[in-house]
Amino acid sequence: MSAQPVANAAPDLVNIEIDGVPVQVAKGSMIIQAADAVGIPIPRFCYHRKLAIAANCRMCLVEIEKMPKPAPACATPVGEGMKVFTRSDKALKSQRNVMEFLLINHPLDCPICDQGGECELQDVSLGYGRSVSRFNERKRTVADENLGPLIATEMTRCIQCTRCVRFTSEIAGTYELGGMSRGENLEIGTYIGKTIESELSGNIIDVCPVGALTNKPFQFQARAWELIARPSIGYHDALGSNLWMHTRRGEVLRNVPRDNETINECWLSDRDRYSHQGLYAADRVKSPMVKRNGQWSATTWDDALSVARESLKSVPGSDLGVLVHGATSNEEGELLVRLARGLGSAHVDHRLRQLDFADNAFAKPFASSIASFEKVKAALLVGSDLRQEVPLLNHRIRQAVKKGAKVYAVNPAHFNFNYPLAGESVAAPHVLVNELLLLAKAASEGGAHVPEALATALNGVETTDAHRDAFKALSDEAVVILGHAAATHPEASWLRAIARFIAQAAGAAFNEIPLAANAIGLSTVGVLPTAGGLDARAMLVQPRKGYVLYNVEPPHDFADGALALQAMHSAQTVVAFAAYASDALKDSADVILPIGLTPEIDASLVNVEGNTQTMPAGAKAPGDTRPGWKVLRALGGLLGLPGFEFDDLAGLRDGLTERASEVRHQLAPRASGVTFSRLATTPIYRVDAVLRRAGALNAHPLNRPAAIRINADEAGKLGLVDGGNARIGDAVLPVAIDAAVPAGAAWIEAAHSETAMLPPYGAAITLSKA
Amino acid sequence: MKATGHFEQVKDVDPLVVLNDHTRAHIDHWVSKFPPDRKRSALIQSLMGAQEQNQGYLTDELITAVAKYLDLPAIWAYEVASFYSMFETSPVGRNNVAICTNISCWLNGAEGLVRHCEKKLGIKTGESTADGRIYLKQEEECLAACAGAPMMVVNGHYHEKLTTESVDAILDGLK
Repeated sequence: MSAQPVANAAPDLVNIEIDGVPVQVAKGSMIIQAADAVGIPIPRFCYHRKLAIAANCRMCLVEIEKMPKPAPACATPVGEGMKVFTRSDKALKSQRNVMEFLLINHPLDCPICDQGGECELQDVSLGYGRSVSRFNERKRTVADENLGPLIATEMTRCIQCTRCVRFTSEIAGTYELGGMSRGENLEIGTYIGKTIESELSGNIIDVCPVGALTNKPFQFQARAWELIARPSIGYHDALGSNLWMHTRRGEVLRNVPRDNETINECWLSDRDRYSHQGLYAADRVKSPMVKRNGQWSATTWDDALSVARESLKSVPGSDLGVLVHGATSNEEGELLVRLARGLGSAHVDHRLRQLDFADNAFAKPFASSIASFEKVKAALLVGSDLRQEVPLLNHRIRQAVKKGAKVYAVNPAHFNFNYPLAGESVAAPHVLVNELLLLAKAASEGGAHVPEALATALNGVETTDAHRDAFKALSDEAVVILGHAAATHPEASWLRAIARFIAQAAGAAFNEIPLAANAIGLSTVGVLPTAGGLDARAMLVQPRKGYVLYNVEPPHDFADGALALQAMHSAQTVVAFAAYASDALKDSADVILPIGLTPEIDASLVNVEGNTQTMPAGAKAPGDTRPGWKVLRALGGLLGLPGFEFDDLAGLRDGLTERASEVRHQLAPRASGVTFSRLATTPIYRVDAVLRRAGALNAHPLNRPAAIRINADEAGKLGLVDGGNARIGDAVLPVAIDAAVPAGAAWIEAAHSETAMLPPYGAAITLSKA
Repeated sequence: MKATGHFEQVKDVDPLVVLNDHTRAHIDHWVSKFPPDRKRSALIQSLMGAQEQNQGYLTDELITAVAKYLDLPAIWAYEVASFYSMFETSPVGRNNVAICTNISCWLNGAEGLVRHCEKKLGIKTGESTADGRIYLKQEEECLAACAGAPMMVVNGHYHEKLTTESVDAILDGLK
């Protein structure tokens, strides 16, 4: 027997040498990936680790032993025994020459360029270029485009690396940018001139290595070296994207992503990137305010706190309702629970957007990790416009779809997805449950145990082969996602129970998207009604004499704005902890205690994976504003309540308590006799008070003006025309014909001033011509 | 190239309205030559069909309609239409006359032919006659008919071994 070769390396690894450093890398990886893994710098413009390899900038040329010509490190796969030289004469000369070509048409406008100081072209040209240019001819100029309110362009600076083109097609999935013309006339653009409508559009600013695409709201605000980067967390969805806030003297000037492979990778949704504008809105409260004889006046903290104390003491605990916004931090949530208990109130809740509390559902961590969504083979979306609800989770699903995953949706409208759906059932809100039952029936046919409550509902349901196929696809590494359009539905308990059953029958993971950034954290610390307590809706249906509003903006933050305002108005006293003094709040509150917003305070939030992420106060809160936990501590101390004796944040955090709550196995009574109902969703850029004040985001086309959206058939029946007006109750709204809306429904987005007082989601409505 | 600014016009384009039966049959024919998931391969020929339908040039509506008909991102069609010199993206005369001026034709008197045509038609290359009859292509590179130099292409048809007389006859014969 001859001697066998000794295998030192795993079969899927190869040994190469870069600049004399031996490296072991996976077969099939590129030289640049191997070099990055061991920290050997290779200059590059077009290569981006999250995007497809283009190899069109040629900046990463390196010398490879036995190869006659330099090769691009980003597009040359490693081979066993390969010897790479990144700093040899040949490599350096190639890099210098490429650099000279790249700079031929690049303007020398660094002094007025926003990218100056953080520019890859500047850095690489300093490191690898030559100091003089031999090019004496005219440089070309490129006409600018208006890409919308978020992205500024200066296309003459573009070096055609095509990272932005690849981003919009591969990651955003909107295919909005391309390379037009050819050769030296090649220009990056939209051709027809349009706003970039992706919800992830801001990332093209980050991937752009030059100053061609820059942050529009940040334009000409500051130089990179004037800014202090402070770690923070996105607080508009429960993904908890990691980000850096770039601040100058405490003012947030922009947000950029902070790499976290398990959460947001290197991306950031536009919502998290541009919301900081809302921090500096005109109606921000800067000092405590008290209403006396119907007149608001600014006052001192001592005065405001004593007014708040008197207000809270004037109502019995059982008549006090505490309503908390779902993005409130764990620390504040904890103190609010202590406050309510100290005052003898069991009515505490943060689930302001829910209508159906039959099953007492509260947010729980996902059954799957965020990264695993990229690997699923099938997904079922129940009542979810995932792109708007959690943009970067939708991005993970999209990556799965690109690998062949099948996505099915049962939705109250044809929401605009950036991937093809394998199947879609759309039904008006009042019949959405019936639609989902068809899939449940298909699931029950496999012999899965049907819960009793559902068994009766499934009697007589005739399912179809399409539903059977969909269910079959879900039996293999699948995930069921219950979205906002289901969780805020008036029959949410049904949708949840059915979706759970389908997930169970298929062996798929069940994940419900929390309705707010810290819904899971607040549920954990117990910002939920205790025994005998009323939930967020019951507190309004059975009006309390007194309310504490924490970070809540009536009417927009409530599922039923009209009901909320009515309850506030009839209350004897309303103590508001708020950052903004909107007219509606001033109307209902008696005292406004100004508190810092999430980026301005030390806060911890729990994300969808159940991980607590703690962020330090990054921005300066304006005027006399104080962090909410300090205000609560002062108020609790003033009231002489137990649990407010701690000295500092550490003391508060030590006392954070998990308080268990129980779900009920009950279902809401089904509505009957409804033939036409309202679909209400919260638009992507209006989910909280900060976003509603973020100027650039609200000017973006994803933020559609308030309208009654109905399909052409329904419009024809009602005699309504596109662009005309329709009357709903006392309100008159413009009509938009929208093929996405099913028969029997009008899609009227919530959280606009024109729509806030309309009947809630799922309510029977009648429209008439106005 | 400045963006055309036609977003509003093209965003709701219906390919079944914009593309006529003949063009759609032409596209279907080309689509059938490629695997079902490679419709992008049929893009060039589809755009040719649309250009022919519109007497020699593409509008943004047509390009978008072709993309929609093929179920491709519109940007891919814009890229192709702006890349190839055989696509005209602004209004031109209905007969496309392209005189090769590359080396073989040039050595055999192509420049003289171009000057002759310009004088005869009263337009410069890259312009169309006022009656919209003839478009003199800006610049045409080698079309692989060097053996027949000088040559030109009129509406896709090769004409070789040209003289001023034969050019006159060809141009006069155009409707």
